[in-house]
Amino acid sequence: MNSIRNFSIIAHIDHGKSTLADRIIQYAGLVDERNFRDQILDTMDIERERGITIKSQSVTLPYTSRSGEAFDLNLIDTPGHVDFSYEVSRALTSCEGVLLLVDASQGVEAQTLANLYAALEHDLAVIPVINKIDLPSANIDLVKQQIEIELGLDPEGALLCSAKKGTGIEEILEAVTLRIPPPGGTREAPLAALVFDAQYDAFRGTIVSVRVFEGSLRPGDTIRLMSNGRTYKVEEVGVFRLNKEPKKELVCGEVGYILAGIKTVRDTRIGDTITLDNDPTPAPLPGFKEVKPVVFSSMYPIDSDDYLVLAEALEKYRLNDASLVYQKDSSAALGQGFRCGFLGLLHLEIVQERMEREYDQSIIMTLPSVRYRFHLKDASSLEVDNPQYYPDPAKIQRAEEPYVRAQVLFPDRYMGTVINLCLERRGENLNHYYPTPGRIELTCEMPLAEMIHEFYDRLKTVTQGYGSFDYEWIGYRESDLVKMDILVNGERVDALSLMIHHERARTRALHIVNRLKEEIPRHLFKIALQGAIGGTIIARSTIPPFRKDVTAKCYGGDITRKRKLIEKQKKGKKRMKMVGSVEIPQSAFVKVFQSYDD
Amino acid sequence: MTKKEGTTPRKDGSPADGCGLYVHVPFCRKKCRYCDFYSIPSTSLVPQWLSALATEIALYAGSFPRFGSLYLGGGTPSLLGERELGDLLEEVFRHFSFSGSPEITLEANPDDMDRDTLRAWRRLGINRLSLGVQSLSEEELLFLGRRHTARQALLALERIRSEGFPHFSVDLIFGLPGQSVETWGKTLERVLSFHPSHLSCYQLTLSEGTPLWALKRRGGFEPPGEEEERKLFLCASETLEGRGYVHYEISNFALRRRRGPGFEAEGRLEAPWGDLSVCRHNLKYWNRTSYLGLGPSAHSFLEKRRWWNHRSVERYCEDLFRGRLPVEGEEFLSGDQARLEALFLGLRTKTGIVRKDFCGSADTERALSRLVRQGYVNVIKDRIIPTRKGFLVADRLPMAFL
Repeated sequence: MNSIRNFSIIAHIDHGKSTLADRIIQYAGLVDERNFRDQILDTMDIERERGITIKSQSVTLPYTSRSGEAFDLNLIDTPGHVDFSYEVSRALTSCEGVLLLVDASQGVEAQTLANLYAALEHDLAVIPVINKIDLPSANIDLVKQQIEIELGLDPEGALLCSAKKGTGIEEILEAVTLRIPPPGGTREAPLAALVFDAQYDAFRGTIVSVRVFEGSLRPGDTIRLMSNGRTYKVEEVGVFRLNKEPKKELVCGEVGYILAGIKTVRDTRIGDTITLDNDPTPAPLPGFKEVKPVVFSSMYPIDSDDYLVLAEALEKYRLNDASLVYQKDSSAALGQGFRCGFLGLLHLEIVQERMEREYDQSIIMTLPSVRYRFHLKDASSLEVDNPQYYPDPAKIQRAEEPYVRAQVLFPDRYMGTVINLCLERRGENLNHYYPTPGRIELTCEMPLAEMIHEFYDRLKTVTQGYGSFDYEWIGYRESDLVKMDILVNGERVDALSLMIHHERARTRALHIVNRLKEEIPRHLFKIALQGAIGGTIIARSTIPPFRKDVTAKCYGGDITRKRKLIEKQKKGKKRMKMVGSVEIPQSAFVKVFQSYDD
Repeated sequence: MTKKEGTTPRKDGSPADGCGLYVHVPFCRKKCRYCDFYSIPSTSLVPQWLSALATEIALYAGSFPRFGSLYLGGGTPSLLGERELGDLLEEVFRHFSFSGSPEITLEANPDDMDRDTLRAWRRLGINRLSLGVQSLSEEELLFLGRRHTARQALLALERIRSEGFPHFSVDLIFGLPGQSVETWGKTLERVLSFHPSHLSCYQLTLSEGTPLWALKRRGGFEPPGEEEERKLFLCASETLEGRGYVHYEISNFALRRRRGPGFEAEGRLEAPWGDLSVCRHNLKYWNRTSYLGLGPSAHSFLEKRRWWNHRSVERYCEDLFRGRLPVEGEEFLSGDQARLEALFLGLRTKTGIVRKDFCGSADTERALSRLVRQGYVNVIKDRIIPTRKGFLVADRLPMAFL
């Protein structure tokens, strides 16, 4: 057991996490040059293309130290994004130490801090690593200073590397063996293994990634999932060396996988504890919680006839993504669809993109919403994430919306613009300090609804790319909420209704009616576009009718040409969504749903 | 109204007014800058074309029922000499049979017209002239790239008038840069002083590939906007209808010869002709009567088939010299396509469409009552007839019934 080290790499986005993982794997000689590809642990196309990690994954690497000792190093790759912070926390729990990666030219960023706090919370050994030292803009002294002042770590312990060039890798692995403690645990104790990931395999059922804390596990054992009490017979255990490598047993301290005929990933919960059915551990490992979706949006097929195909695709998708929840939804304008819940906006985008690319679905997704809480006058309360179920305003005593604490790190010259952005987004209790001269760390409390609507993009824009942020959930607060409807010639377009803060409703309604005005073609009659709260109109716009649309000449006897034009028009009409007698093109919905700000 | 004419088929299956015969004369002295019709700016191929045409006529002999109209269009048919025109007509009448009083139209350019030519055309049996005036402003004529001057146009109008052609029509173009309701109204008034029996007022259309289209694309001029064009359209319609003409098709106006309830009460255009100087030939295109088109680029329609000739004099002649029809393409209309044509063509004329053919479902009935309420169409007896306001959006109207 002393020859095992479990560690993870944590870093702000783009600081080189995947590249360093690649180099370490190459160094261990797990894969030859010919079969190597970049971002080797990110197996999904979308991970590779976006340069992000979505799922946790582990790999067991053989390493012989300078002193000649043989080690098994378990590298647990974690997602970097805050949407997946629960997964990250479970992966970190499975480690004894982390490599905290800092870009030599960018320095410490918001997620570096958040990551460090998470590691310290789990009582992990932290090895700071300064990456990209080969860049001309690298400023190692300044970064060391930040490591000391902002992170409170010993700068002398920081390792230098260039993952891109492959320099400093051996020093890093050496430090892993020397500075990260070996795992504890007792082999004879009852089994306690932590689930930190689950992947669906069409042939073998769910592949459960675990860290064994206590006891041991063999094929033939009957395991119990402690959160739901279900039992399964273990078919195979092993470790990942990029591919699965079966072993006779998994013992405490090890990281590996279990195959036990578990049909869907939904049956396994990340953070759950696995034990033996006949010799259970007295208490589950701490920290398990049910992950709840925080962002909601409805998914509709572009062509309403494809509803059943979409239903099937979602069912398949869910096999591999336990955090996606959905139920039936329907809209007069868009037909039958699904209300989906996501861990965050990135998760939503990933699901959308994978549905389109891997499952070949043409879909429309409505504007994302958060889950609001309503306390009614009859003392009951309910949570609503779909504007369709907004309670009768006359019965609402008060409403609440979820808040987060955002932590924003940026050069001080952007102080004014960042503060404006936060205030504009209904930020409260702003606080800031200078972790090092010239840099500001700003914390503020903000409604989640404001955060999910392109806050990150706006922050990047106003700080010219120098700002970074992270956030954590802080709970519900009272809010002046309204339901805003969009009316087209007096008819409510249900798919465009929104739950929104009263102060934000007018701007938003104006934005939507203006978008619609651009996208809905003129008709033979005037079209009134209105934004309304109850019976009060808060925004309006008008699409004037066609006053003239006629071809002067019917080209002598060439009727064919003209007829073809009309046939094309007729086809176009079929793809329109009817609201009353107004034909709304798909593109209008797509444009409205696409962006929040102008 | 004892004698029933129009499109009601006769017992032998031929349309009441006969089929249409079109001959395309693909030559011009000079191409106008807006023109999208096929023609070449040289007359050197006229003899070959004439001889090829004779072959084409012979090949089609007997394939169409009786004709009720002959239309010589172009190009510039008026540049043909008396002898050439005579030969052409002789071939036509030798091979095709016509009703008792066919309408025979010749498209003419104002500068091709002196008293002798006019008399020769009368002698040859031409009973209707369509004069390409387009404008009476020198500036506008220059912009359009017309060959003639305003003075020549006025002279030609005067001559036609004094020679007493039974029917004559004047072509005008509106929607020119700088044109206003005032200047357009003045042009109309001056033309009206010659009492044409028919007017065609086309809004300038910039067809891809024409010099004016290219000029516009380069930003060389700005056509009047939608609102201004609408005013010009209404100006023509109101002025001409105020002077006894019926706006019977989007761009066409026919003089009503006697007072009375006329065709509107009947809700149909085709019967009787007596009181309205419509262009009987063009009407066949719009009410889907069969027609035969001869010459390069000409289109034909018989029952379910539409076909068209090569858009090249050389190719046309070559095929015919080898004894083949110079057909470039054809299509056979499905029931749906035929119905679609009847719909959009009908809605371009005062004949309108037959209500029960296109309405009946809840959706179409709702669309219809909306169109009626908004003043785009009227329902007269069993027909849906577009109004003046409806003509203005004629490209949109069909969609309401689809």
